[in-house]
Amino acid sequence: MPLSLLRRGLQKKEHLKHQFSVNRSLKKHYDVVIIGAGGHGLATAYYLSRYHGISNIAVLEKSYMGGGNTARNTAVIRSNYLTEEGVSFYRESLKLYKNLSNEFDYNIMYENRGQLTLAHNDAAIRSFRWRAEVNQHLGVKSELVDRQTISELAPQLNLDEEVRYPIMAGLWHADGATARHDAVAWGYARGACSRGVELHQLTEVQAVQVSSGTAREVHTNRGKISCGCVVQAVAGNSSVVAAMAGIRLPIHSYPLQAMVTQPYKPLLNPHLSSPQLHVYTHQTSRGEFVIGGGSDPYPLYNTRSTLDMKESLAAGIVELLPFLAQAKILRQWAGTTDMTPDYSPIMGLSPVDNYYLDAGWGTWGFKATPISGKCMAELVATGRVPDLIKPFELDRFYRFQQVNEAGATAASH
Amino acid sequence: MIKMSERLPAPWGTRIDRERTVEFSFAGRTYQGLHGDSIASAVAANGSYLLSRSFKYHRPRGPLSFAGQDANTLVHIPGKPNSLADLEPATDGMQVQPINVLGSLQRDWGSALGLFSRFLPVGFYYKAFFKPRGIWEYWAPIIRRMAGLSPLDLSYREPRTDKFYGFFDVVVIGAGRAGMEAALDAARQGERILLLDQNPEPGGSLNYSRRDAAGLAARELAQQLAAQVAAEPGIELLTGATCTGWFADHWLSVIYRSQLHKIRTGRTVLAVGTLQQPVIFRNNDLPGIMLCSAAQRLLHYYGIAPGQRAVIVTADNEGYACALDLLDAGVQVEALVDLREQPATGEVATEVQRRQVRVLQGQTVWEAQADSSHRIAQVEVRPLVGESVSQHAGETLRCDVLCMSGGQMPAWQLACMAGAKLEYQEDQARFQLTQLPDGMQVSGSAANASGKDWGATHPWPIFPHPRGKEFVDFDEDLQIDDIVNATREGYDHIQLVKRFSTVGMGPSQGRHSALATARLVARATHRSIAETGITTARPPASAETLGQLAGRRFYPTRYSNMHQRHIAAGATLLQAGAWYRPAYYGPERETAINAEITNVRNNAGVIDVSTLGGLEIRGADAAEFLNRIYTFAFVKQEVGRCRYALMTNEAGVVIDDGVACRLAVDHYYVTATTTGVDRVFQTMLKWNTQWQLDVDIANVTTAWAAVNIAGPRSRDILAQLCPELPLEQEAFPYMGARVAQVAGIPARILRVGFVGELGYEIHVPQHCGEALWDAITDLGVSPFGVEAQRVLRLEKGHVIIGQDTDAMSTPQQIQMGWAVSRKKAFFVGDRSLRELEAQGVGRCLVGFVLPGGESQLPAESHLVVNGEQMVGRVTSCAYSPTLQRGIGLAYVSPALAEPGTSITIKLTGGERLNAQVVNTPFYDADNNRQDI
Repeated sequence: MPLSLLRRGLQKKEHLKHQFSVNRSLKKHYDVVIIGAGGHGLATAYYLSRYHGISNIAVLEKSYMGGGNTARNTAVIRSNYLTEEGVSFYRESLKLYKNLSNEFDYNIMYENRGQLTLAHNDAAIRSFRWRAEVNQHLGVKSELVDRQTISELAPQLNLDEEVRYPIMAGLWHADGATARHDAVAWGYARGACSRGVELHQLTEVQAVQVSSGTAREVHTNRGKISCGCVVQAVAGNSSVVAAMAGIRLPIHSYPLQAMVTQPYKPLLNPHLSSPQLHVYTHQTSRGEFVIGGGSDPYPLYNTRSTLDMKESLAAGIVELLPFLAQAKILRQWAGTTDMTPDYSPIMGLSPVDNYYLDAGWGTWGFKATPISGKCMAELVATGRVPDLIKPFELDRFYRFQQVNEAGATAASH
Repeated sequence: MIKMSERLPAPWGTRIDRERTVEFSFAGRTYQGLHGDSIASAVAANGSYLLSRSFKYHRPRGPLSFAGQDANTLVHIPGKPNSLADLEPATDGMQVQPINVLGSLQRDWGSALGLFSRFLPVGFYYKAFFKPRGIWEYWAPIIRRMAGLSPLDLSYREPRTDKFYGFFDVVVIGAGRAGMEAALDAARQGERILLLDQNPEPGGSLNYSRRDAAGLAARELAQQLAAQVAAEPGIELLTGATCTGWFADHWLSVIYRSQLHKIRTGRTVLAVGTLQQPVIFRNNDLPGIMLCSAAQRLLHYYGIAPGQRAVIVTADNEGYACALDLLDAGVQVEALVDLREQPATGEVATEVQRRQVRVLQGQTVWEAQADSSHRIAQVEVRPLVGESVSQHAGETLRCDVLCMSGGQMPAWQLACMAGAKLEYQEDQARFQLTQLPDGMQVSGSAANASGKDWGATHPWPIFPHPRGKEFVDFDEDLQIDDIVNATREGYDHIQLVKRFSTVGMGPSQGRHSALATARLVARATHRSIAETGITTARPPASAETLGQLAGRRFYPTRYSNMHQRHIAAGATLLQAGAWYRPAYYGPERETAINAEITNVRNNAGVIDVSTLGGLEIRGADAAEFLNRIYTFAFVKQEVGRCRYALMTNEAGVVIDDGVACRLAVDHYYVTATTTGVDRVFQTMLKWNTQWQLDVDIANVTTAWAAVNIAGPRSRDILAQLCPELPLEQEAFPYMGARVAQVAGIPARILRVGFVGELGYEIHVPQHCGEALWDAITDLGVSPFGVEAQRVLRLEKGHVIIGQDTDAMSTPQQIQMGWAVSRKKAFFVGDRSLRELEAQGVGRCLVGFVLPGGESQLPAESHLVVNGEQMVGRVTSCAYSPTLQRGIGLAYVSPALAEPGTSITIKLTGGERLNAQVVNTPFYDADNNRQDI
């Protein structure tokens, strides 16, 4: 048993410390107002307070921290994207993730399990080879593997050639990982709050007052506050919140369904994904199989569960792992994905001077949490857009310079 | 073998058949039960409640509800992991194993973990196991092995099951008193009703609970109502059917006989009853401690006396009814411990007094203790002072069963899935369902309205003990302190408490922990229970298997009408979307493909192109519609002519191509790519919803079969099949279209080609495909497959949309600016293309050749590099038998696009290969072979 647990066990319970800012009233002014206490917003506050000496920060959250897409994603971390901009960005995120538990002094349970994406046709093989070549060129572990290697990486897979969509090849991303998603948000929140950042939950932003191209005030259900600058990090509601500041975002929001089985003894190590069958899965440290897949086919700001998507996920997963037919579903849920035209995020400057965007996170927000926070903090602190996120500025849609990640995102989170 | 003890005489034991015994094994011992027993009841009949070990501390556990509502009864049955032993029928020869056992069920060395519980506080894994860096990778597998419940059988294969669909005016969920009455009411209105119940018989709690002193009323009412329901033709009764989810617009998922039934209903009546709650005290999880309703189920369903000496602890009147049932069954009731100060009133309570049961008013069970077989042996009872327990040692009562009722919680899951809210009624100490959506009604005890007399409920059946082990959540082994400490550490929103402590996240999804958690969190955070609330209800309300949800799995396959001919001709197939197409014909791949190519170039070949998308665009605005949806101009296109049709999206990116053939002024037949047609059709419908042009758009892909005859001899061949039709270049020029008979089959003939030879595409009604194929091949024409076509088109420099294009490709980049009309007012993508053109082309798709004699070919997707910089990639590459060298298409930066430039291709592993940029087409640049 680790010493830290012994030490804690011998403490009296009065010593349990509140880890976050205790409920208090809103101040009149904050240098930085961050809208959204999800992973990204909290990470931004954390890096600002720890590395840039800025702590007069309010993180405003309409519900509870980490309760949006931070809580709803399937906790996949990977960097095997397609574009040079995307690969470089997520590669840096992965590096930060690897050290995050020790950075926080809080275990986020980062597990390097590897990710295997499956090809069931020639077109997918071509697309995977492209990703593998780009990844390798940029120093990311990614390779096209054959059926023999697949059978060694995940012997549980149905490699029968007589099925409707036989597995022909795979894209093996040895760096693929998972972590406890809640712990990532909490780790950032603890770190930020211990450095003076104020976390205000159940505080909903209702309006942003902009004059002469500058955000002056943020109006909440608990009163108005004036702000030096605003960072919005509200995945799932990005266009709604940006509209409060008069900013129009090229985003369509779609529900994304996911589900989890009851716990079973561990048998599957890597994360598996099949774009053809619109399904992906991994087995959590609790023994549950987390299963996700494609988005609902219509835009909606609602996280209700749908039956047809659940059936489709079940069908896909049973094709890949037939023995899972006996597994029981524990729970189904949904998140809202803010889809951009090019499947890359929207980060950085906005048409409002001191209003910074961290939006358009589609299905790739969780894996980008550390690097987004780090880059957004640098932007807020220095006023300069870090090179790593330069390609993701909103402006790119007006300049016709998209960063197209469509080939690396669909159903392969 | 363990012999079962005597069952109680009828009318006890309504579910069992006393004449038929079953034998099965559990934890390595053979048990005898009766037909109708569940595994848990059969084990109980043999005097044991021990079924499992708990998740974290490996504590011995037995059934809490006897109704499949708790996770204590999870067992492993081969092919049915995580089965609920109190729902699963005991059958002959069944092999049942306990789960979470380290060692044996009786002696589990993992239970030592309980001694260390103070060192494993709530969320302990967040606080350790990560120093030094990387150490978690060692701990994780150890913790993973401790977690998990049943093992999964990797060889398991499930038979594919059908799904069923039902449509009703009303679905009533729960066939207890309220459900049957609601169904009868609706039937009187002339509605069609589906009445569901998860139990094997209608009646609900009437079948096991007690409403009166004599204990007869409930059963009589059940029989009466069941008879009325059976006589009502408008009611379809389905027992053994579990509604697992409510989805938008009253779309219900129901599992019946292990199959998924999907039911659409006009309205939903929830008569789902309540979930009796446990009382929380030290060691409240020992085997032999169960809900009052569990003891009553054992008695009434299975004829089993739950023990010989019982103690009852109750927060409402339910304990009194239970006491009478136990007495009637000959069980000695040591005491009825009533948390409330005020004595209960009513017929049942009076009868309890009359029978001289010892009632301890205003007291609680403070602690339970087990004997060596882990079963409860005694309890310590202490008086309550307000809501607190007296500091003084209390009385010890010996017992072998403890029945508890800690109040009621409406079975909230389905209602809350539909958007209903739970409001806490302080005066009744109960949650109430409110804000029901349209068309939903809650009735009976779930609505706090029923024939049951619960009396006043004690509001705080939670008794912290200095030494802990008062379990709030049995699934997750969480004690009072775990919940309270989570809030102290700042995880104080109910959702954060859940996420941090994992309360309610186990298989029973908070059925017995949600209420107590809400109470504890409310008090710890100085909020009301109403404000605190409970966590979100999500489907499924009861477990459903992935196999049931998957059903048959709908992955349809499409075959062309000529498919059998391809098989007969020895074709190897490849997938193209939903279709299978011949890749090549013959046993040996390279030989076959080369022969097919040579045959097309020198003679003529035929290829099945039935999979091409087909769209009919008809109406006065047909030409205008095409003008807007495709990049080319179509208004001036003459009838009887074809035009290339290139489609871009709003970003100016190429998304599909085909040929638009004008059959009449107001009628186009347009082809699309095999895998793209569904999206093209959808896109067309979407745009015209906005444009409102006078066109009818139909996807006729599967209505037509088609072939392409290509090669220098193709005109001669066609002439033999349609002698009436003038085929000379002047009469039927390149890009012409004719409607004519081919081999006596009505056909559309398009003089277009993909392979760069004289050729004709012949479209015939789908069912005539085989006849057309036969007519052509009977003339000695050999078929060619997709692989040969890929090489032939590459030689001709034609791109394949999706292979040579990606999500950023514009017409300019792929050198198809010629297919974009600059004269028309608008087309989708027009504006973007103008903007992009003003910026200059960022990359170009060019042809390249490998040096003659170079045997190594780059693969498609290999990178084009300039030093260490990525400047493009290969999209197509093949050995050209016609040119006798490797040729291909690649994206390169504009600086490298000039013919004659040398480019470097990086192969997998890093080896580099030089190639030379050349003009395309590689073959017959002047169209001398195609346009003749």
